[in-house]
Amino acid sequence: MSDTKAFNNQVGIQWCPGCPNFGILQAVKKALAELGKEPHEVCLVSGIGQAAKLPHYLNCNFFNGLHGRALPAAVGIHCANPTLTTLVTTGEGDCYGEGGNHFIHTIMRNPDITVMVHNNEFYALTKGQASPTTLPGEKRALQQKGVEKAQMNMPALAVANGCTFVARGFAGELDHLTDLIVRAVNHTGFSHLEVIQPCITWSKRPVSWYRERIYELDEDYDSGDRDAALKMLLEETEKKPIGVLYQTQPRKTMGARFRQTITDRPLPELKPIGAETIQSALNDYRPD
Amino acid sequence: MEDINIVIGGAAGEGVQTVGAVLAETLLSQGYAVFAWQEFESRIRGGQNSYSLRIGESVRNAPLMQADILLALNDGAAEKYHDRLKEGGVLIGPSDKMDPAILIPFADLAKERLESGLYANTIALGAIIGTLDIPLETLFRVLLPRFEKKGEKVVSKNRDAAEIGFRMAEEKCRDKCPWRLPEREERYHLIDGHEAAALGAVYAGCRFMAGYPMSPATNLLTFLAKENERFGVFVEQAEDEIAAVNMAIGASFAGVRAMTASSGGGFALMVEAISLAGMIETPLVIVLAQRPGPATGLPTRTAQGDLLFAIHSGHGEFPKAVLAPADPKDAFHQMVLAFNLADQYQIPVIVLTDQFLADSAFSIADFEVNGSAPEYHLADPDSIQEYRRFRITDSGVSPRLYPGQSRHLVGADSDEHDEFGHITEDLEGIAPEMNQKRLRKVHGLQKEIPPPKEYRLKSARTVFVAWGSSRDAVLESMDLLKHDGFDVGLIHFSGVWPLPEYAFPEGKDYVSVEGNATGQLARLLENEYGIRIDRHIPRTDGLPFTADYIRSRFHE
Repeated sequence: MSDTKAFNNQVGIQWCPGCPNFGILQAVKKALAELGKEPHEVCLVSGIGQAAKLPHYLNCNFFNGLHGRALPAAVGIHCANPTLTTLVTTGEGDCYGEGGNHFIHTIMRNPDITVMVHNNEFYALTKGQASPTTLPGEKRALQQKGVEKAQMNMPALAVANGCTFVARGFAGELDHLTDLIVRAVNHTGFSHLEVIQPCITWSKRPVSWYRERIYELDEDYDSGDRDAALKMLLEETEKKPIGVLYQTQPRKTMGARFRQTITDRPLPELKPIGAETIQSALNDYRPD
Repeated sequence: MEDINIVIGGAAGEGVQTVGAVLAETLLSQGYAVFAWQEFESRIRGGQNSYSLRIGESVRNAPLMQADILLALNDGAAEKYHDRLKEGGVLIGPSDKMDPAILIPFADLAKERLESGLYANTIALGAIIGTLDIPLETLFRVLLPRFEKKGEKVVSKNRDAAEIGFRMAEEKCRDKCPWRLPEREERYHLIDGHEAAALGAVYAGCRFMAGYPMSPATNLLTFLAKENERFGVFVEQAEDEIAAVNMAIGASFAGVRAMTASSGGGFALMVEAISLAGMIETPLVIVLAQRPGPATGLPTRTAQGDLLFAIHSGHGEFPKAVLAPADPKDAFHQMVLAFNLADQYQIPVIVLTDQFLADSAFSIADFEVNGSAPEYHLADPDSIQEYRRFRITDSGVSPRLYPGQSRHLVGADSDEHDEFGHITEDLEGIAPEMNQKRLRKVHGLQKEIPPPKEYRLKSARTVFVAWGSSRDAVLESMDLLKHDGFDVGLIHFSGVWPLPEYAFPEGKDYVSVEGNATGQLARLLENEYGIRIDRHIPRTDGLPFTADYIRSRFHE
């Protein structure tokens, strides 16, 4: 356990006053403290959007990159230095929309990082257009007659594609969310944590509507049962379970072979291959 | 001796490359300089491809189209490439259809006498060696170790196959083959542009590469993946070029020297991230291996069509460097320079190669690591009290640390940001200051770019301007033109952005020689130096420049 206050900084927050993102921010700080992390041991990574501003509001290393590209940047950071705790905090427009392809491939690649996806079911920073998770039929800024596309089900896709940790939290359940972040970070491999985050500006519904449709998974829910998890996620109605939806034994992580056979040290600490080795490699191109 | 040009033609999958590579190595161990150039179709089986070998007593790394010897592995190849045979040249072919000087039915002989068509190519190799009057033993030293793993029987059958081809050529060669290639003392390196570039990257300290397969850039990735245990570069095949470049930027942000590579289409996908690297001042090296566009273009052919695209890649304004090596040795050293500049100025650096440079094997007399060395420019965390990643400085370069290196925290933001990397909208203060700080870096950077190289300027009335891999063909064309009574010089650029300070000699007629239609270097030089380029010699058919091509266009 380290000090939550160590993660406070003085950066002015650009979210709307009263935004549930403040709750998520607090949960991240508490979780990092609970994990015993110091600010310099953590790197928060994001793309673009309201959720993607979160890394600025924590005292730690951060990489706020391009829209949709948080995951590849995080993969690069993690490969270079696996001793850093790499946590991606981003929204569903960024991660499921612009960056959907990266999400699928990062699941398969299985780097030991965590992605937290704030899901508010539309684009907030660009003023209320539909996102991949907007309910079909809902009228949005660009979908004046209602959304025609089906709703994306990323937790189900994650389970189906071999993600070994899939969870869902609620921005208004601080302790529950904190615990999920701790478990996600502690899980070895790619951990997917979706956070239901009501938007108080562009949503047509009050926060209470979101609160009413979540329920905590029973204690006897077996999160290790892949078929049951998939069935639950595929048959999901308006009622959304929160908790660890699916968790199984970690499988081989990205870079495991490299770290076993070449080096397990952070790449920046490696000495360059010397001139002699390179000269000898060049000489292989000349016959004796 | 005059250079000898051998063209090997055959279908994709028929072994053209293997026969060519073994022959090249054999000639090299006989002491000759070799230049090996390939042209091929975008397919895995069928079609007709060629592998050309230029053999000489001194290095001349430029392709020749006309062949002294054409080895056709099938009748279709004999038909397709027959036009390239010189008068007095010798065709070695498998049937009498094209009336070859040396008829050797490779496949039939292999089946009849060695019980397998697999030995056809070794018969062909033996025939070429016989035609050139090189001892079979030299071929055996190169060829046979390749089969050792397959057992004694395979080795001995290959030996027999080579001997069959050799004896047949020897017999049919009487009066037809003037060539003699006795062993010489010299030993040249034979290496292609991307092997050399990859080794340069390793020497420069690169430990991470992500990429997505695209010709002609793929062999860089392949090389580092194959040599993983030797050089310890973490190699990742990304889901697309956008992921590849963002992975490289992430890795570089985390402190390791990182690169990616692609060709025009994939590079186009990376362009947003080039701007990101410029904004967050993170070192990045990208190899852009050119092929003809637009769009998918001619995937396996060569071009110099992306010069202005590379220089202007990325939205907004930020410093970057663009280098264009002339040959593999240059590519090796320019890769080291690319990583050093990327690190020192915290910028993206693009290295422009092309299919011709990437896939051709060049002879190099003296390939030494000396001449460049990796230089590191990270700040010392212990010397810093309060760390500001983007501290405003006179040079524009801020102290760079990486996350986890010390207790100092490192941030990066694609938004305009303050000295700590946090979002800002301070339009009267830090936002414009930060933009100016980044742009200031170009002043130091410009001084580090290699100046153009001048060749035979003094006596020349006409001066060619060229860039990148066409250099040696242009130089050879100057010899031919001299023979025709024209004194022509050359100014060759391998550092193309930012352009170095340079004074063009006055009173010359300038002619640009470029593998594009619109004279991109010419336009750049006119803009930046205020000179006038009088004529263009373009090439846009996907083939590399040759001296003959330049000479005939010059006389038009």
